[in-house]
Order: sequence, then C-alpha cells, then structure tokens
Amino acid sequence: MSLTRQDVEKIAHLARLSITETEMPVYVTSLSSIVDFVAELSRAETGGVEPMAHPLDGQRQRLRPDVVSETDHHEKYQKNAPSVQAGLYVVPRVIE
Amino acid sequence: MLHNLSIGELAAHLGGRQISSVEITRHFLARIERLNSGLNAIITLTAAEALAAAAAADRRLAAGERGPLLGIPLIHKDIFCTDGVRTSCGSRMLDNFIAPYDATVVARLKAAGAVMLAKANMDEFAMGSSNETSYYGPVKNPWDTAKVPGGSSGGSAAAMAARLAPYTTGTDTGGSIRQPAALTGVTGVKPTYGRVSRYGMVAFASSLDQAGVFARTAADAATVLKVMAGFDPLDSTSVDAPVPDYAALLSAPLKGLKIGLLREFFEGLESRNATLIHDALKIYTSLGASTVEVSLPHLPLSVPTYYVVAPAECSSNLSRFDGVRFGYRCDQPKDLADLYKRSRGEGFGPEVKRRIMTGTYVLSAGYFDAYYLKAQKVRRLITDDFRSAFQQVDLLIGPTTPTPAFDIGAKIDDPVTMYLNDIYTIGANLAGLPGLSLPCGFVDGLPMGLQLIGPHFSEGKLLNAAHQFQLATDWHNHAPRGYE
Repeated sequence: MSLTRQDVEKIAHLARLSITETEMPVYVTSLSSIVDFVAELSRAETGGVEPMAHPLDGQRQRLRPDVVSETDHHEKYQKNAPSVQAGLYVVPRVIE
Repeated sequence: MLHNLSIGELAAHLGGRQISSVEITRHFLARIERLNSGLNAIITLTAAEALAAAAAADRRLAAGERGPLLGIPLIHKDIFCTDGVRTSCGSRMLDNFIAPYDATVVARLKAAGAVMLAKANMDEFAMGSSNETSYYGPVKNPWDTAKVPGGSSGGSAAAMAARLAPYTTGTDTGGSIRQPAALTGVTGVKPTYGRVSRYGMVAFASSLDQAGVFARTAADAATVLKVMAGFDPLDSTSVDAPVPDYAALLSAPLKGLKIGLLREFFEGLESRNATLIHDALKIYTSLGASTVEVSLPHLPLSVPTYYVVAPAECSSNLSRFDGVRFGYRCDQPKDLADLYKRSRGEGFGPEVKRRIMTGTYVLSAGYFDAYYLKAQKVRRLITDDFRSAFQQVDLLIGPTTPTPAFDIGAKIDDPVTMYLNDIYTIGANLAGLPGLSLPCGFVDGLPMGLQLIGPHFSEGKLLNAAHQFQLATDWHNHAPRGYE
C-alpha cells in the first residue's frame, strides 16, 4: 500500500475533510491505488519540457479599467448563508 | 411528433405561427412528467418558469421577432448557475443553494428566447463517468435502464436520448459530454477551451472545463453552439475571437478531407466495436475523405496525467465549500475546524472526497514536483503530439469509448477501472481541443459513438464532418424503445 493511514489522516486534515473510522480503510485503499496508477508518469521522459498550466498559449491575463462596475447585492447573495447577522457571516467562536 | 422535430423545424413552425412556444413547452413538460421517473434524469423541474418564459417568447414572436432558438425548450446541466433556481451540482453540498445569478451560457440562451424546462442530474461536481455519484441517485440509460448513461453529464445525455427536450447543455472536463453522448446515441460537442464562457459554471478543473451541447444532430448542435459561444469579459480564460456561422459551414463537401486514425485508439479495441468504427470510416472515404494512420506516442499517459491535474485543480476549486457562506453546514459545529471538516466531510460524496484528497496529496510539499509539475510537463508532450498530428491531417477519428454502456453498479467500487472509461476522450481536454461524438451504430442493442477531434477552433469543420456523416446514415434518428 503506497499510502498509510497516517498519510491519509494528514491529507484529510490539509483538505479539511472529516473521515469517519469506517470510511478510513476504504480511502487508504482507494487513494493508494490512485497514487500507484498515476506513478506511471514518473517513467515519462520530460527533460527540458516546460510545464503546461493551461491550453491557451500566449493568452495573458486581461486587465480592465479600475472603475466601479457592480452595485451592492450583499442581501441577495447572503440569502444562501446558513447564518448571517448585521451583514456578517456567523461561525463558531474563532478566538478564545 | 413534436419531440422528433429538429430545432430548425421547430423554429420554422414557431415562425410560421403554426404552433406556439407554450404548446411546445407543454408537450415536453408532459413528456418529462410521464418518462423521467424511469430515468431520474432531472433534479429540479422548472415548469412554472418554463411556461412564463414560453409565454414571453410567444409575445416576442407575435411582435415579429425571429431567432433560431426563440421559444424552443432546453434542459440545463445542474452545474450552470440559474438565477432564482436551485443549482445543486448533483451534491448534498449545494442541495439548498439557490443561485443568485445566471451563468453566461444560461444568460445567452435566455436572451435568445430559450425556455428552460429543468436542471439535469449529473455526477457530483462533474466527477464521474457514469452518473452514479450524484446525491440524487443514478441516472438510467433509456436504451437499457439497467445500464449507465455515462457521465458526468448523464442526466443531460439521457434526457436528450429520451427526447425530453430538443437540446440539453453539458460540460466536458475529461469527456463528460462526449462519453455520455456515445453511450446514449446522441450528438455531443465539447468546444475548444476558451470558446464558451465558464462564468457561472461551477468550477471543477479550471484548465480543462468547457461547456457544450447535446442534440440529436450536428446541425442542431451547430445552431446552439453559435449562440453559446463567444468572448465573455467575465471569464478571464475566454478567447476573444469571432464565432463562425457554424450552420453555414455544415454543407461543405468533404472531398480532400484528411482524416487521421490514431493507432493508440485502435489498439486493444474489441472486434465488434472496432468493426463499427471501421464501417463509419468507410462512409467518410466514400464521401471523398482520405485516411492515414497517425500516432500520438504520449497519449497512453493521458489518463494518469489527467488524474493528477484534474484532482489538483478540483482540490483548489472546491475549497470554497466551507459551510460558512453558502451550501451545506453540519449540525452543531464544536468550533471552526469542526465546521469546516464536517460540513465538507458530510456535504461531499466519496468520489469528490477521493479527488480532493488526491489533489491535495499531489500538490503537497515534497510531492508537488514529482506529481503535479511532472503531469504538467507530460501534458505539454501530449499537446505537442496532437499539434504534430494536425500538421498531417485535418481531424482525428476514433471510438469515443472502449465499449457500450455498462451495468449500473459494475464499476463504481473501483475508481481506477472507472477512470479508464475516459481513455479516448481525456487527451482533447488536456490539449484544449474541440471534440465531438456522434452515433455510429449499435452493439447488442446499445449505442456506440464515433469521436472527431480537431485543432483549436475547428468546431466548424467537426460539425461539417459530423453533419455529412449524418446525411449518409441514420443512426442519429434511432430512439430508444418507449421514447420514440
């Protein structure tokens, strides 16, 4: 198995995902098999090859004039929030 | 029957005032009511909105306005934000999410007078090849309801095959339009990366995602794509290039067309499936095209490359789902960390979590160079292979999938087996190339698809080649039993 339970716990923490006790062995197995599968890439000859982040060669990030183009819609957008107070998103206490 | 008319025919009847958009809309709503329960292709039905939009289209028609999509219904994959309507991405995470704006694709079709009937079921967050990962249950293939329709746009494909709408929209990141189009016997188009706006289309893998269309024919797809495509200042990856009149390009003769047959696509293809593809190729040679074998030596690495790049990008894109501002929030979170972990752990299904974790791993310190950077280099090698091939040929042809539709439940337990379904489609996404699948026959009563891949911005040529094939064959007119 290329990944240990500890590896998966660490990855799950980085990804902020809770994994239950019953789920854990299933993820260890499936993630290991995926990692084994993609390890095939290591056999490719890529010396001197530029990494390719996206297919649009030569397209640069566009800029636009620094002019206000939107209006305040926070009430509409906050309709989907689980908990809002005075326009702020409410979460469990962060700072003790 | 109305559901067997082409988009052009519907537009002509509407323009000639022989029928109203409300009547057409009622016809399709009735079909959905009667037939969807056997397919589970729909997540949200928008009947009231559809009738209102149809009435508005009828007013525009009465005032003398005409347009190729005016008053014609469609179904949107549930990955496109639709203002005031739930946009779930097939996930518990967004089960309660009412989109506060329209995606550009939605807005453009709406402006053209399209009537949205419903939001289609899909693999969760577009991750899957069988539409079995949806929170709302699997979609069934109308050709055999024990079989998958493919994915991730399985609902859109099944709805198209069942004639629940004249056309449907989908997205394709690793094959999610072309593969289900092949498995359900319809025509599916993935445009060039950057051709269609991704604004308002919930992101899975930002360098791979592309919106496209399902239709019964290439001619219909051409009509829809013309409206969907084009520069959008709201999408920083949108390409500022004019959109050709795809419909006008359909009738060009194919004499002199040079078709490349990818050696890697035909290796190991089971004989009955190979025969179907070779029969399709004979149609092309009879239309004046010539074929030559080409090789893309790095293509066999496309699936492992994709399963590094796509999960990496998805781990970043899905980090916005945190239970804070929208979407699922777990019950009684102890603290902020618990809020994040349980909202995400409970809100996402297993395949999504697998891919987020794979992405997190390949981007993590110590592994970034070996996996992600390496995959990006192989991606360039694959792209360069395609570029070399297109110096010799105009387009590439091969099967869309290795086999016809498989049984629901057959592959869902082994992710790697499932991933290999995308073996023929993934290359085009990595290179950003346009691809199209059209029906080319049946094996054991199940449809198979022929895939066309072209250079960047060659959608017109692909649609032309598909249309000429459809003039010479009638696979695209076959409907599954019970859905005729």
